[in-house]
Amino acid sequence: MSDKKYWQSFAEFKHKEQVDKLNKDEFKEELPFGELDENILDAKTPRRDFLKYVGFSTAAATIAASCEVPVRKAMPYVNRPENLTPGVAKYYASTYVQDGDVVPVVVKVREGRPIKIEGNTLYPYTQGGTSPRTQASVLDLYDMYRTPHPKRKSGNSFQEIPTFDQLDQQIGAALAGAAGAPVVLLTSTIVSPSTKQVISQFLAKYPGSRHVQYDAVSYSGLSTAHGGRIPAHNFDRADLVVSLGADFLATWLAPVEFARQFSSKRKLRSPEDGMSKLYVFESHLSPTGASADERFTHRPSETGAVALALLAALGGGVTAPSLDANLTKTIQKVAADLKAHAGKALVVCGSNDPNVQTVVREINRAAGAFGTTLDTATTLNYRQGDDAAMATLVDDMNAGRIGALLLYGANPAYDYVDAKAFTNGLAKVKLTISFNEKLDETSELCQYLVPAHHYLESWGDAEPRSGYISFIQPAIYPLFKTRPFQTSLLKWSGNNQDYETYFRTYWVGRLGSEAALDKALQDGVLGSAGSQSAAQPATIADTVRAAIAPVPTPAVTPVTTTAAPTGNLAAAVTAITGQRKAGKDEIVLFQQVNILSGKQAGNPWLLELPDPITRTTYENYAMISTKKAKELGIDYEGVDYEYYQEKPLIDLTVNGRKVSLPAMVVPGMNPDTIAVAVGYGRSENFSKAAAGLGQNVFGFARWNAAAKVREYWNEVTTSTKAGDAYKIARIQMHNSYEGRTAVVKETTLATFKAQPDAFLKFREELQEDFAKRSGDYRAEGTLYDDPALRTHEIKWGMSIDLNACYGCGACVVACHLENNVPVVGKNEVLRAHEMHWLRIDRYFVTDEKNPDNLKAVVFQPMLCQHCENAPCENVCPVAATMHNTEGINQMAYNRCIGTRYCANNCPYKVRRFNWGDYTGASTHGVLGPNSGVGKLDTVVHQMNDELTRMVLNPDVVTRSRGVMEKCSFCVQRTQLGKLQAKIENRKIGGDEVQSACAQACPTGAIVFGNANDTNSAVAKTREQNPRRLFYVLEQIHTLPNVSYLAKIRNTDEVIEGEGSSNEQARQQKGEPVTPQQEPATEHK
Amino acid sequence: MNFLPSNVRKGALLGLLFFLSYISLQAQDGKAIFSANCASCHALDKQLTGPALRGVETRGPWTDRANVVKWVHNPGGFIPTTPYTQQLAASMNGQIMPSFPQLSEKEIFSILDYIKSAPAPGAGPATPAAAGAPQETGNGELIFGVISIVLAIIALILMQVNSNLKKLSDDKEQILRPEPVPFWRNKIYIALFAVILFVVGGFYVAKSAIGLGRQQGYQPTQPIFFSHKVHAGVNQINCLYCHSAALESKHAMIPPLNVCMNCHKAINAYEKGPKIYDENGKEINGTAEIKKLYDYAGFTPGPGAQWDPSKARSPQWVKIHNLPDHVYFNHAQHTRVGNVACQTCHGNIQEMDKVAQASSLSMGWCINCHRQQKIAFNYNDSTGNKFYSIYEKFHNDFKSGKMDSLTVKDIGGLECQKCHY
Repeated sequence: MSDKKYWQSFAEFKHKEQVDKLNKDEFKEELPFGELDENILDAKTPRRDFLKYVGFSTAAATIAASCEVPVRKAMPYVNRPENLTPGVAKYYASTYVQDGDVVPVVVKVREGRPIKIEGNTLYPYTQGGTSPRTQASVLDLYDMYRTPHPKRKSGNSFQEIPTFDQLDQQIGAALAGAAGAPVVLLTSTIVSPSTKQVISQFLAKYPGSRHVQYDAVSYSGLSTAHGGRIPAHNFDRADLVVSLGADFLATWLAPVEFARQFSSKRKLRSPEDGMSKLYVFESHLSPTGASADERFTHRPSETGAVALALLAALGGGVTAPSLDANLTKTIQKVAADLKAHAGKALVVCGSNDPNVQTVVREINRAAGAFGTTLDTATTLNYRQGDDAAMATLVDDMNAGRIGALLLYGANPAYDYVDAKAFTNGLAKVKLTISFNEKLDETSELCQYLVPAHHYLESWGDAEPRSGYISFIQPAIYPLFKTRPFQTSLLKWSGNNQDYETYFRTYWVGRLGSEAALDKALQDGVLGSAGSQSAAQPATIADTVRAAIAPVPTPAVTPVTTTAAPTGNLAAAVTAITGQRKAGKDEIVLFQQVNILSGKQAGNPWLLELPDPITRTTYENYAMISTKKAKELGIDYEGVDYEYYQEKPLIDLTVNGRKVSLPAMVVPGMNPDTIAVAVGYGRSENFSKAAAGLGQNVFGFARWNAAAKVREYWNEVTTSTKAGDAYKIARIQMHNSYEGRTAVVKETTLATFKAQPDAFLKFREELQEDFAKRSGDYRAEGTLYDDPALRTHEIKWGMSIDLNACYGCGACVVACHLENNVPVVGKNEVLRAHEMHWLRIDRYFVTDEKNPDNLKAVVFQPMLCQHCENAPCENVCPVAATMHNTEGINQMAYNRCIGTRYCANNCPYKVRRFNWGDYTGASTHGVLGPNSGVGKLDTVVHQMNDELTRMVLNPDVVTRSRGVMEKCSFCVQRTQLGKLQAKIENRKIGGDEVQSACAQACPTGAIVFGNANDTNSAVAKTREQNPRRLFYVLEQIHTLPNVSYLAKIRNTDEVIEGEGSSNEQARQQKGEPVTPQQEPATEHK
Repeated sequence: MNFLPSNVRKGALLGLLFFLSYISLQAQDGKAIFSANCASCHALDKQLTGPALRGVETRGPWTDRANVVKWVHNPGGFIPTTPYTQQLAASMNGQIMPSFPQLSEKEIFSILDYIKSAPAPGAGPATPAAAGAPQETGNGELIFGVISIVLAIIALILMQVNSNLKKLSDDKEQILRPEPVPFWRNKIYIALFAVILFVVGGFYVAKSAIGLGRQQGYQPTQPIFFSHKVHAGVNQINCLYCHSAALESKHAMIPPLNVCMNCHKAINAYEKGPKIYDENGKEINGTAEIKKLYDYAGFTPGPGAQWDPSKARSPQWVKIHNLPDHVYFNHAQHTRVGNVACQTCHGNIQEMDKVAQASSLSMGWCINCHRQQKIAFNYNDSTGNKFYSIYEKFHNDFKSGKMDSLTVKDIGGLECQKCHY
C-alpha cells in the first residue's frame, strides 16, 4: 500500500471528514429562508403576498416597458487611418520592459486601443512565453493613478506645469544653478542600448555627473562574482540543476526564459526518455522548490555554508563547515550526482552575497558548467544594479554633495534597505526630478514630476541578452501629457531631437537602412532567425550581421567560449566561514510571482492572482513552519485555522523595527525561518487599490557592509499578540471536490520505470469494467446516446502537462484579459466570490504521518473540462448551458436565471457565479449607488473607471449580476479562427486557434487545438503520451475534453502499490460518494 | 387607365421596357460599369477628382478608342506618350488615375458608348424604372377572424334560440323549470368570457413583452438627411464603396468623412435627381443637406478648394440597427462567407430616402434564416468554400444522395455560442 497522500490544507490532512462536511455546500452563504421554512404552509398571508408581488412586478414591468429604448449614437472617423478597419484587430510587436524584466511581446490593438499582450514567438529564448506581470501590464497603461502631466512641488502639493517648454526652462535653469555639484541619474536596470547612449550624452554635458543603476531586488552579488556581468544560464543543456535558494522558475532573474529552458528537459513520454533532475536547497517554500525533485531546507544564514560544503564535497580544496548531519549527508549525495553529470549540470544561487556567489561559481567550474550550461561569452542584461554605487550615492546625498538627482524606474524611498537614509539624503539634494509614471513613494518626495510614457506608448529597444535586440513600438497615442524620459534627457543636454527621431537614427545607423529597421520593428526582435528566416533580411549590412549574431532557434542554447573569471575564492571562503551567526529565528524576504518587487503592485489583476503556494490574494503575510506555529501556540491543524479567514497576527521585530503580520502556516518550511513577501504596503498615492494591504518589509533586508551588498534575510524575534487576528483572502478552501481525491496523478521516475503503464492501466481497467463490448470507454460507458455521434469535424481540446506547470499564473491573468473576467476585490474573495475561470490548484504530497515532509507539490490548472457528458447541462432548468458540436460546453449568460444548480452539480467546481455587479453590466454601464458596485472594494471601482474599461475585449460580453460564468474555451477565438479560414477559402489548421491560457504559458504546459485533426499539437500530445495521459475523475464518465499528463518527479523512491491498486478509484466509479464514506486518501 | 385589365397594363409596360432596353442595352451596361468604377471620380458634365467626361472622344488622343483602353489599363504608363496627357497630369497636380486592368476592351467601349449616348443635362430624366406591380397582400387572417366571430355570434344566438325553444316546449309540457338566468349572469358564459379574455390578453401581453427593446420600423432623424435612395439607388454607388468594412470585419462601418468628401468636394449641389421626401412627405432640400456635410467637414466649396481633415468634426449618427450587447454579429461571416445580400437584412435600402429598420432583428428572425439559408458546401467547384471540406460525413451523404442541400443549422448554426459569448 502506498504511503502517499495528497492534500491542500492542514485541516484536510488531519480532519478530512469535518472539512468535507463544512465544504458540503458549494455556496457558503445561508439562504435567507430559515424562519419561513417551518410554517410556510400554515402562514396566513402568502397568497395575498403573492398577489402583491405579482401586482408590483407587473406594474414595474409595464413602467419599464413604457421607457423608450435608449438612442445609440455612432461617430465615424473623420479621416480613417489607412490600415485600420474598425472591428479587426491589429498586432504590433513590442517589448515588455519593467526595470530589468524583458519579455518580447505582440500587442493586440483594437480601434487604437491595446487590449491584450501576447508573447512574441520569434524570440528564440521565450518563444511566445509570458509572465503574469507581462500579461497584466496592459492594465497599467490604463491605470487611473498615473501622473497625468508634468508637475512641480509647491509647499506640500504638486502644481501642473502647463507646457513642456516651461518645464524645460525651469529645469534648465535649475540644472545650471547646480553647476559644479554632480548630477546623478538614478535608474533601475537600463537594458536599452540607445537609451544608454542618450544617458552618456547627458552625462557628458554635466561634468562630474554619473549614472547609478539600482534594482529593488539586487543581483549585484551574482554579477560581482562573475566579474561584473551575469553569464547566460542554459537550463536546457542541464541534466542536473541545483538551486541554492534561486527561484528561477518564478521570480529569479529571467524566469520566463529559464522556465521554458528547464521544462524542455522535463516533458518525457516514456520512462526511458529520461528527464532532468532538480535539487533545491532553500529556507521557505518557493514555486521552484515546489517543483523540485528533491528539496532540502536550511536557515537563510546557512546558504554560504551549504555552498561551501558542496564545493568541499566536490573536491574544491576548501574545508566544509559544520552543518547538521542530514544536510551534510544530502550535500554528499548532491555532490556525487554533480560529479556524475559533469558538463551537464548547473548550480544557481539566489543569494546576493558575492562571496557565496563566488563559491557557487567555483562549484559550477568543478561541475564543468562553464562552456556548457554557463555561457560567459553571452551576458544576461536583466539586472545591472550596483549596490556599492547606490550606497555611495546615499552617503553623498546625506553629505550634501549631490546637486541634482534624476530618478527613473527607481523607488528607493520604498524599497531601499535603509529607506530613511535615502529620504533624508533626498531632502538635501537641491534638485530632484522623478520620471516615474506614477506618484510612488519616492516621486512624492521629489520637486519635479516629469512622467514618462508607459511602454505601450513608447519607442525603444531592449537587449536582454547580448546580441539579441527586442524593439518597442507604440501601440497607442500617449493617453496623458507625458514624455519619454530619454527626450527629456536629450532636451536637457542641449539636443533638440525627440527620442523617436534619435532612436530611428540610431538604429538606421546600426542596421544600414530604414527598410531594415522597419522589418526589425515588424518582427520585434533581431538576432533571431528561426522559422522566419526573414528576421535576418538581406538588407541588413554584413557588418551588422557580425554584430548581431544570426543565431538560429537552437535545439539547445549554443555556447561559444569557456573563459570564466577566477580568483577571490580564498577571501570568499574566509568571509563565509566568519559570517555565520546563529540567531534563534531568521526571516527571509522573497518575491511573489505576481507582485515581484512591487513595481506593478497597484495592478488589480495581479493583486487578485493567488500566490501559487499559499493561494492567497491581495496581501503579504508571515509564512511560518509547523514547528514555529506550535511554539507560538497556533493550532494550525484544527479545522478552524484553515476554514475561517482570520489568521493570528504575529509581531516580527528586526533591528528594533516591528511589523505585525498574519501568520500563514506552510509545510516544507525550515523550522526556524519566517518568510515574508516584499512589494506590499503601498502608499495611497501609488494605488488606492493596493494601499492599506500588507506591510512593506524591504527594511528587513540587511546591509552587508563588508561585501557592500543588500541581502534578503535577517535575524528576527517573534511574538504573538493573544487574540489578535486578521482576515486573509485565501482561496484555499474554496472549490472543494467533496471527497473525490483522485484528481491529480503523480509519481516518481523510479516508480514510472518499474510500472510504466500504471496510469494507462487505470484507464484500461475502466474499459474492461464498463466497455467490454466495444472496448471504448468513452462511447460505451453510458446509458445515453453515443457521444461519438455528437463529435463533428472540429473538436476543441486541451492538454495540460503537470510536469511543465510551475504555478506562475500567466494563464490566469491572460484569461482575465481575454474574457473580461471581473475583479471582485478582497472582501469578495473573503466570501468565496472570486471569478477566476481558470485557477491553479496546489496539492501537497506527503506521507501519511508527517505533513511537513514534503515529497512534492503538484500544480494543477483547473478550468471547465468541457465534458461531453456534462453533469451541469442536465440540471439547468432553462437550458442555459448545453453542449455544442465542437465539444464546447456552452454557457448562454443571458438565458441564465441564476439557480446555480449547474455549479452544484459540477464535479470540478469550475463554474463561478456573479454575486455582485462587478462590471456595471447590470445598469446600462452607469455605476450608480444602486448598481451594487457601490458597496464593493476600491479595486472594483478602479476596474470600472472609464479609462480602465478601455482594456475590455469588445468581442466578449461583460456579464451582469446573477448569472453563472465559466471558461468558454475562448470561443471568440475559435469562431474568429473559423471565419478567417472561410474568408481565405481553406481548411482550418489544427493549431491555428490558441486559447489565451495556452498562448500565455511560458513552458508550453497548456496545449490547445482541434483534437480531431491528427496533426494538431493536442492530438499528438495525447497520442504520444499514453503513459502519462489521464482525465480528471475519468471514472465518473463525464468525458472531459481537457486531458492532463501526470507529473513525474525524478527520484529513486519507488512507491509501493502505485498503480497496482485502483480499488479506491473503482469504488468511486459511477456513483456519487458522500464525504463521510470516502476514504481519506487516494491509495489505501 | 383604371378600366384597363391589369394584365394588359403589365404587358404594355413590359413591352415598352423591353423595347427601350433593347435600344440602349450596350449603353445600359456602360452605365452600370461607369457607376461602379468611374463615378466616384468622374462626372459627365462636371470636374470632380477627375475631368468631366462628356465629349471625351473628341479630345486629344481619345479619338482613338485603343488609346483609351491603354490609358484605363495603365494611366501612369500612358502619360509620357502624348503631350495632351502630360499636360493633363500637370493640371491635376500630378494626381494620377488608378489603373483598371480588370476592365475588358468591350467594357471600356461600352462605357464610351454610354458617355456618348447619355442625355445632356436639362433633358428629361430617363424613363423611370417600372413601378413594382401592386402585390396581392394576403388578408386571409382577417377574413378567417371575421368568419370565426360571425360564427361564434351565430352559435351564441342559436344557443339562445335553443334554450328559448326548450323553455317553450317545457312550458307546453308543463315541466317546471327555474327562471332561466340571462346570459350575462350565466356563470358558464362569464367563465368562457374570462378564459377567452385571459388567453387573448395573455397572448398580446406576452407578445409585446417579447417585443420589448425591438425596433422594427425605427426611423430616427439623422444629423444630415442622407438619402440612401439618391446614393445607392439613383446613382448606383456600390454599398461597399462607403461601408467598405462589411466584407472583412464584424462592423460594416459607417463611412468616415473622407469617403463622403471624395465625391462631395465637387458635388456641392443636389440638382437633377428625384425629389427627396422625409417620412411625412415633406420635401428635403438636398443642397442644404450637403451644406450640413460641409459644416461637419469644415470645408468651404469653391474652385480648387482643398479639404483639411483636421478641421472636421464627426457627425453623431443615430444607430438604427442595434443588437443587444450579448449578441455577437459579424458582417464578414454573412456577406463574404454566406453571400447574403445587404438587402436581406436591411431591406430595400436603395429605395429609402430615410432609412428605417426593415427587419425585426429578433432571435427568431435570425434563427429562421439559419434554418433556411443553404450554404455553399460544394468545395470542389468555385462556388463552394474549401473550409467545408472537413465535413466528411455530409459530403458522403451528398454523394450517396441522402442529402441534396445543407443549411446553416446542420453545421451548428443554431448553437447558443455561435452568437452569444
